[in-house]
Amino acid sequence: MKKWAQKLGMVALLLALWEGLSRSGIWSPHLFPGPMKVAESLVAMAKDGRLGSATLRSLGRLSRAYLLSVSIGVPLGLLTARVAFFRNAVKPVVMGLQALPSICWLPLALLWFGLTDAAILFVVVMGSVLSIAIATEDAVNGLDPQLARVASTLGVRGPRFYFGVLLPGALPGIVTGLKLGWSFAWRALLAGELLFVSGGLGQLLTMGRELMDVPQVMAVMVAIIVIGIAVDRVLFQTVETRLRRRWGLTATV
Amino acid sequence: MVRALLARWKKWRSSLRLLQPAHVDPGRAKISIAQLGHRYANKVVALHDVNLNVRTGEFVCLLGPSGCGKSTLLFALAGHVEPTGGTVSIDGKRIHGPGPDRLLMFQEAALFPWLTVRGNITFALAARGIPRDERRARADTFIRRVQLTGFEDSLPHQLSGGMKMRASLARALAVDPAVLLMDEPFGSLDAQTRVHMQELLQSIWMRTAKTIVFVTHDVQEALMLGTRVVLMAPRPGRVVRDLEVHLPMPRSMEDARLTEMARHVRRLLRHFEVPDSEHPTPPPRRALPARGLLRPSPLPSR
Ligand SMILES: Nc1ncnc2c1ncn2[C@@H]1O[C@H](COP(=O)(O)OP(=O)(O)OP(=O)(O)O)[C@@H](O)[C@H]1O
Ligand SMILES: [Mg+2]
Repeated sequence: MKKWAQKLGMVALLLALWEGLSRSGIWSPHLFPGPMKVAESLVAMAKDGRLGSATLRSLGRLSRAYLLSVSIGVPLGLLTARVAFFRNAVKPVVMGLQALPSICWLPLALLWFGLTDAAILFVVVMGSVLSIAIATEDAVNGLDPQLARVASTLGVRGPRFYFGVLLPGALPGIVTGLKLGWSFAWRALLAGELLFVSGGLGQLLTMGRELMDVPQVMAVMVAIIVIGIAVDRVLFQTVETRLRRRWGLTATV
Repeated sequence: MVRALLARWKKWRSSLRLLQPAHVDPGRAKISIAQLGHRYANKVVALHDVNLNVRTGEFVCLLGPSGCGKSTLLFALAGHVEPTGGTVSIDGKRIHGPGPDRLLMFQEAALFPWLTVRGNITFALAARGIPRDERRARADTFIRRVQLTGFEDSLPHQLSGGMKMRASLARALAVDPAVLLMDEPFGSLDAQTRVHMQELLQSIWMRTAKTIVFVTHDVQEALMLGTRVVLMAPRPGRVVRDLEVHLPMPRSMEDARLTEMARHVRRLLRHFEVPDSEHPTPPPRRALPARGLLRPSPLPSR
């Protein structure tokens, strides 16, 4: 309860500061609107459906790309951890490509796929798949050696070992990787959407700039923050906490 | 005074008669360990020239101070450690790696943390190819035997250390391997639970003629449970005595003969723990009546 009060207090303080600054007249109110103006713009966009459709569009894209990333990244991570060829040959490539910021893939994606959804999907996948693969590999390598020994003395082998011991044993680490991958994907998506006409939240942001509508720009920024926090807190945090509790990894029971 | 001394001497002699050197024909042994040596990567010689033959249905206790290679020997038997010298054979066949005929129970409970107590057992049964519809009943039977009824659906982290160990014991017993290798399984239990678990293990052993190799620090425990006690000494880890315990089962802790044997075994252990150079008094072996009851085991030349 106290935690919430502190959080709300901080938000209220920031909003008040923001309102105060915008009213002080240091900057033109066109360029630095107060929170009320931004809220109005947000409500207006929500009412005429622009915000909703843009959000749906962005999240739809994101989920498709993310699913693709997960279904490539997790097996890739497993393979790099368990198969010598992947460890020796593929891992250096993965590590090298990981150094490339995802948006650098956009020019190539545009040349390959043209101005299509596929181009953005490609950028998002490239932005998140490698970090998911690396986190999965780490999690698998970090499996408690004791559990590996028990599995072998119990005669747990083959698929039963992979799905019954290795994967669940590495799951807390994998979920952390998935969370990281999600935040990379979210960033890559908006970067991609900003750069060409796409009909998502990124485009709403670009349009606001072109119309010199600063409240709209700020409103979309607020919406992006809220969505980001919501997915991170509501989805991943819950899953992660539950998992860690069940696995007995939290101090308090 | 003289009578008291005589009584003590008689007790001493009887305890010796109850502890006789073991002679097992390697050809007829279930487990046959020959010239086994193991040196870890850090050059520690954990085992040196260990020879040990175990018959089917024997309950062998490995006894010795910390660091004398008990766990290493057990790991080699389980196939988790590839020894750097010598051979381990089961039923005459050299072993390479873990096999379905053996099961190792670790010093720690080593349960799968994401599975419930019952889940841990059924998972192990599944790995051993037990049909699905038998697993649950079998798991519950052994959960009952280790007195964990009511905790079937608890997760390992919700159990106390002793309860985890009992769950681990239930898992090992449910799997029902021909050879059960146990590494100080009861070390972390309180005295009362410990006695319960010892009795349980003994009753199951007497019923199933399982071959058990049991590592322990506790001399009393070894003499309570074992048909044989194998004494080991450190630096380098080696077997110094291999004694058969001729006391009928079930045994009682209060038995004076057991106490006397324990005293004798402790004296032997103490003697071998101290390097020879620091040991001016002659070894008790020479002080024994020349009846050949305790076979002077070949000590490795150093
Ligand atoms: N993985 C390892 N790497 C290097 N040295 C090891 C390793 N495991 C054990 N040792 C060494 O080998 C020797 C025997 O160890 P081992 O664990 O077999 O002893 P133990 O008799 O089981 O002792 P305890 O009763 O304390 O469990 C010790 O000196 C130890 O330092
Ligand atoms: Mg040990």
